[in-house]
Amino acid sequence: MNNDLILLGHGSGGRLSHQLLDDLIIPQLSSVPVKGQNDAALLNIGGVKLAFSTDSYVVDPIFFPGGNIGDLAINGTVNDLAMMGARPLCLSVGFILEEGFSKEELSRILASMRQAADAAGVAIVTGDTKVVPKGKGDRIFINTSGIGALEHNLQIDGASARVGDKIIVNGCIGDHGIAVLSAREGLEIDSGIKSDSAPLNGLVTGLLTLGPALHVLRDPTRGGVATTLKEIALQSGVTVTLNEESLPINPGVKGVCAILGLDPLYVANEGKLLALVAPERADEALEIMRRHPLGRDAAVIGEVTETSAGKVQMETLVGGMRGVEMLAGEQLPRIC
Amino acid sequence: MTTRQRASLEIDGIVQGVGFRPFVYRLALRLGLSGWVRNTGQGVQIEAEGEAEALAAFSRALREEAPPLAVVTALRLTHLDAVGEEGFVILDSAKKGHGGEVSPDCDVCEDCLKELFDPDNRRHLYPFINCTNCGPRYSIITGIPYDRPATTMAGFPMCDDCLAEYHDPLNRRFHAQPNACPVCGPRLSLFDAEGAPVAGDPLQQALAALKAGRVVAVKGVGGYHLAVDASNEEAVTLLRRRKKRDEKPFAMLAADLDAVRRHVHCSELEGRLLSGVESPIVLMRKRPESTVSPLVAPGNGWFGFMLPGNPLQHLLARGVDSPLVMTSGNLSDEPIAYRDDEALRTLSGIADFFLTHDRDIHTRTDDSVIRLYRGEPLFLRRSRGYVPRAVALPGEQARVLAVGAELKATLCLTRGGQGFMSQHIGDLKNAATLTSLEESAAHLGRLLEITPEVVAHDLHPDYLSTVYGQGLGLPCVAVQHHHAHMASCMAENGLDGEAIGVILDGTGYGSDGTIWGGEFLVGGYAGFARRGHFGLMRMPGGDAAVREPFRMALAALYRLHGAELFLQPLAVCGEVQEGDRPLFLKMLEKGINAPLTSSCGRLFDAVSALLSVRHRISYEGQAAIELEALAETGAADEAYPYLVAGEGSHVLEFGPAIAAICADLAGGKSRADIARAFHRTVAAGIVEVCRRIRAEHGEERVVLSGGVFQNRLLTEDVAGELTAEGFQVYCHRLVPPNDGGLALGQAVIAGRALGK
Ligand SMILES: [Fe+3]
Ligand SMILES: [Mg+2]
Ligand SMILES: [Zn+2]
Ligand SMILES: [Zn+2]
Repeated sequence: MNNDLILLGHGSGGRLSHQLLDDLIIPQLSSVPVKGQNDAALLNIGGVKLAFSTDSYVVDPIFFPGGNIGDLAINGTVNDLAMMGARPLCLSVGFILEEGFSKEELSRILASMRQAADAAGVAIVTGDTKVVPKGKGDRIFINTSGIGALEHNLQIDGASARVGDKIIVNGCIGDHGIAVLSAREGLEIDSGIKSDSAPLNGLVTGLLTLGPALHVLRDPTRGGVATTLKEIALQSGVTVTLNEESLPINPGVKGVCAILGLDPLYVANEGKLLALVAPERADEALEIMRRHPLGRDAAVIGEVTETSAGKVQMETLVGGMRGVEMLAGEQLPRIC
Repeated sequence: MTTRQRASLEIDGIVQGVGFRPFVYRLALRLGLSGWVRNTGQGVQIEAEGEAEALAAFSRALREEAPPLAVVTALRLTHLDAVGEEGFVILDSAKKGHGGEVSPDCDVCEDCLKELFDPDNRRHLYPFINCTNCGPRYSIITGIPYDRPATTMAGFPMCDDCLAEYHDPLNRRFHAQPNACPVCGPRLSLFDAEGAPVAGDPLQQALAALKAGRVVAVKGVGGYHLAVDASNEEAVTLLRRRKKRDEKPFAMLAADLDAVRRHVHCSELEGRLLSGVESPIVLMRKRPESTVSPLVAPGNGWFGFMLPGNPLQHLLARGVDSPLVMTSGNLSDEPIAYRDDEALRTLSGIADFFLTHDRDIHTRTDDSVIRLYRGEPLFLRRSRGYVPRAVALPGEQARVLAVGAELKATLCLTRGGQGFMSQHIGDLKNAATLTSLEESAAHLGRLLEITPEVVAHDLHPDYLSTVYGQGLGLPCVAVQHHHAHMASCMAENGLDGEAIGVILDGTGYGSDGTIWGGEFLVGGYAGFARRGHFGLMRMPGGDAAVREPFRMALAALYRLHGAELFLQPLAVCGEVQEGDRPLFLKMLEKGINAPLTSSCGRLFDAVSALLSVRHRISYEGQAAIELEALAETGAADEAYPYLVAGEGSHVLEFGPAIAAICADLAGGKSRADIARAFHRTVAAGIVEVCRRIRAEHGEERVVLSGGVFQNRLLTEDVAGELTAEGFQVYCHRLVPPNDGGLALGQAVIAGRALGK
């Protein structure tokens, strides 16, 4: 394989993506030293504290059970801002459209963007539209950037995990990835698996009442819960221990994953967050989540067990302890 | 009149901690030589002075009469001027060194064994008896130089009697670092499952428990074993249930060869392997009249036996009438327990009693496992008793740390022309095993004083060994999995230049990013070309297809019948429920998490499941192992049809064989005969591809490697036919053909790439 070319795996959110960022992109582009990556940048402009984030959406197919590329683009950036503990204020939207794309579909996408923005309480304030010749793009790509207000003095980021922290997820994992896969491949599964795409800023507002007990917020999107926890473990220099039994997974997702041999820990989510909370406030955090419609299935799935060089491990159903690593790209067979 | 001469002799090899200096001392006294001997960092250094003939006899005897555990790899002699020194002395170790060798752990010697059972000896029935010729080494060494303070015996000050032996150059225990006796040394104790001490003599109580059908955890040399009476069906069932290990064969301990021969056919060579100081487990064919419970090794024509490998095992084996199951003390996927607190914690739900002691194990080492192929021993696992003995490399090379594969991880460190393979480390997906890989790399490097210049790892980006290796901050060389298997077999056979590599295993990451596993490579250490491979099959569900071989059978049927596959009248189709079938078909049709593979192991899985030998496995390789066992009971003169297609690269297609197997199944033919014919078919196809490659390249040498070559039937078919066709065939003898031997190949490829 050629090491000089960009591979699909460089976009998987896994180790290859991190390498591309660390080896090529950040050294050339970043004006400040970066230690680990968070979901958004924190800015201080004339005494006003802001969060700023951007994301591009190239999902295939563009319509899937539970949503489409439009609401995904709104929710994704809203969530990235929310994960810094910021209150999302306004968004920009950039479209890259392929010649021949249907106006009717575009219109449906725009409608759901409008709805998603309203639901999240953000304004779309600026935008851009380009059209590329047929075959030079895939129907529609969307970029959104967003600005949020930081209205507290808490240190919420991936480097703030501490030994003892409980890891809480606001609901079942893997829904989005499986919904998109089944739509893309025409799997015709009628177990009602829908994308969990949703704005998490409301839920985060509730969690912020925990004050300094709230240490980390992250949305486990590409690469799933496994990859996100590995990032946190590395950034904070801790060991995270998961408990397989306590992972909330919809039976439908579990069934599809069992047949397809996929590990739900690595499957993408679009309406989930991981909150790392000091143990003495963990029950309270769980309560806050469960009171919110997006957190009814919230569960403690593990804890930070020790300081170390960034390990994630999982107590398995049979009682073993298995290491959890970030994958380079896609899930590949490895048993010899 | 006399020609008095002086010589300096430097000796490399395993010459420390094995009674080499007292041997030199006695030899010098016998030959009337004066001078001195001392340990250095890399071996032993001697200066000796005396008559010319005596000196000549001395240097001869250094090789020929060396003590049993010593391995002399080099002896350099330099002539010096005589200085008229008198007397011969043993000097303290020279401080600085650049890497000696470390002796493996070893069974008690004949002399110690006699003392162990001599009622008049002060070490009568003392389970920690040892001398310079025997005893624990690698597992108790914590650092270098090898002296008592650098072992887990550091906390046991010797009594006056032991000290006297230790300081007497003519005593068998002169500088025996683990020397001990009942007065000053480690002690045995027995605890119940809750960790409470049990009153009475620990050994006798443990024996009584075993006879009563209880499970006893026994602390061995390299870790804890779980023991039960192997002839007691209830006890074996109990152990299986508690260990959550439904079918994987258990190894057994028997008192002596006579006892072994009551249960298995044991050849003279097998007897010699069993009796060796390494005391490996040897797999031998079951005797029908064996009184051992069939649950010890279900679905398998073979029993694994070992003879006692340490004094405690001698005492245990002689104390019971039937063989004891002696299986590694671990939970299903965990590494074998070797620390006392950890053993009590992890094994308390399994063992009724713990027979343990207060000598710590520093390095966990599993038992080694050997099986005979074509009259030659083959390692299935190379660990206790052999590690860290050096493997001679085909030449000098750079210092490499090779980190192996993922499932049967071992490490290899190289120095000059020597490769040091680590003990079996295990499945790195287990968190504790990964930690043990990291610790072992550091520990072995320290003991052997090797600072690697380069790291060799597998090409698979997600192997935990790859991730570990890449994080070490050294230059890295990524080695393709099957190239490493091939180089491993070439290296241990001392081959240079090019050869044909027939590399058959489960799955490995290919140079093209696809999954390989049935490969015909042509090349050497410097590189290879893929000249052929097994036909591609989908692996529906990725690693799930390894755990559930029925998936491979369905993938094979899909190639023949497409969407109609579930209409076939085969038991294996019932493995996917009605409602899940559309999704399963989609997975095959669209290749969703169903990568294409040329794996040979997966082909065996497919056939095993087609014949309903094994639809799901409970231990690695089970489907193929049981298919082989079935084939051994069958007969077949003819092979099934197969195809060799492809251009430039030969593609060995077994689709026609699968179709014929289905037809035979429908026709009610014996499954054993089908299994036998399938083995013949694979062998025939392999030989055909080798013939074609020879016609193109003129290459006559074939190396056989990869985990599939643990299949005795296939190995004998392939090796036999290739030899009959005039090929020179090379198999493994020193390291396993499976991934446990991979690190050696990685090390040589990377070391050669870097030069000296
Ligand atoms: Fe392999
Ligand atoms: Mg993002
Ligand atoms: Zn001895
Ligand atoms: Zn003593």
